[in-house]
Amino acid sequence: MNRQLINIGRTLLDSTRDLLPIIVVIAFFQLVILKQPIPNLNEILIGTLFVVVGLALFIKGLEMALFPIGETIAYAFARKGSTVWLLVFAFSLGFGTTIAEPALIAVSAEAAKVAANAGLIIDSVTSRESYADGLRVTVAVSVGLAILIGVIRIIKGWPLQYLIIGGYIGVVIMTAFAPKEIIGIAYDSGGVTTSTVTVPLVTALGVGLASSIRGRNPMVDGFGLIALASLTPMIFVMAYGMVVH
Amino acid sequence: MAMLTQLLNTLLQTLFDLIPIIAIIFGFQIIVLRQKIANLKKIIFGLFYVLVGLVFFLVGLEKALFPLGKLMAAQLTDPAFIYSSLESIPLQLHWADYTWVYLFAAAIGFATTIAEPSLIAVAIKANGVSGGAIGVWGLRIAVAIGVAVGISLGTFRIVTGTPLHYYIIVGYIIVILQTMRAPKMIIPLAYDSGGVTTSTVTVPLVAALGLGLASTVPGRSAIIDGFGLIAFASLFPMISVMGYAQLSEWRYTRSTKKMSEQQSL
Repeated sequence: MNRQLINIGRTLLDSTRDLLPIIVVIAFFQLVILKQPIPNLNEILIGTLFVVVGLALFIKGLEMALFPIGETIAYAFARKGSTVWLLVFAFSLGFGTTIAEPALIAVSAEAAKVAANAGLIIDSVTSRESYADGLRVTVAVSVGLAILIGVIRIIKGWPLQYLIIGGYIGVVIMTAFAPKEIIGIAYDSGGVTTSTVTVPLVTALGVGLASSIRGRNPMVDGFGLIALASLTPMIFVMAYGMVVH
Repeated sequence: MAMLTQLLNTLLQTLFDLIPIIAIIFGFQIIVLRQKIANLKKIIFGLFYVLVGLVFFLVGLEKALFPLGKLMAAQLTDPAFIYSSLESIPLQLHWADYTWVYLFAAAIGFATTIAEPSLIAVAIKANGVSGGAIGVWGLRIAVAIGVAVGISLGTFRIVTGTPLHYYIIVGYIIVILQTMRAPKMIIPLAYDSGGVTTSTVTVPLVAALGLGLASTVPGRSAIIDGFGLIAFASLFPMISVMGYAQLSEWRYTRSTKKMSEQQSL
């Protein structure tokens, strides 16, 4: 019991230290540069306490659940030796974690509004909805494909940089041709897809696969799934813009 | 009461986000792998911690950091603050008048990156996999410096109105050059850190800064320039993480060279 209390205390201390820079920056600029009092001090103190407790719990759960889940499933697939099922799993994981992502739902609704205002689609509820849904599915498919390609890369041991640099050259070329209105949204969609739950899971999956396949190095081959998952949405969203507009 | 409804709303939203992930993983475990899940009790507790932790984290951010951070971004970019030492607002703005904005951008970019949960996760993993060669704090600070420089440069770009793609293309060229020289084992991790930074904590504050700036600097479009900052925040960490690895490698070879020189004396 005592050890558990010490453990909790240490985790809380760690997350306080993680948040300290934000508190210092905000306090300094508010009090010294802008020379203004901090509004709703009570609410802000409660909120900060929430953030500290929440971060501590999340880190605890990360090591108890998200990392082990990603690793055991990677080992289990490696033992089973069925590449097809592994690839089906990789695609479903990427697609499934993205399609329900609240940030993506918000961004696609916003994008539909922008497109309707710019006169690219008919400004009605149904056409906006179908535009937003199309965008969401596009991004989810692109993340699914990214994880799938990333897993093939780990199995084959391809160097990551060729895929990424090739992808970015694709982004630059497509930027020149895609409708202006979609470019901002496309660039942003890359960041939206990598949520706080997906990142640890996918990282553990990649590292787990690389360490259970003979001849792969977890450091060189295990990382890189996140980089691919933030690259493909840019390409696919610009393609969506070119097709729909 | 309002707090409670907010907590419940966030709980529902986070649950909605988690359910498909859990369904896919357990579905594959049971149907395809036909395997009992080891340590099921511990995993369920862990998932519960993740859920509750995320809910408190998100509600706390909404309550405390985001309103204040957004308010400050608006105040710092307000011409009334920037020209408070002058009697009237000049017609032609000069990029050097915005020094506090660049400093705030760098400071807030650094600070929010240190608190980013997905980066903490990747850093813990990288530390374990590299056998301690990559420090958790070393990586986090390297990424945070990259975000700080990136966002600061991004605000400078909005003020001066220079085209976004010049910066991005030059940035990619630096990334390609570094990729050819940097230690091989750091490259995938460096690329991953670009995607990780644009997550829960950083994006809302940075977007607020970009929007505030783009709407007060004449001739800037809120949509195009607000989005641009996030592209900067995911490009520069790649450069700083590879730079960090190159620096440690250089210092290591220099110190071993010195040692062997001393030994041969």
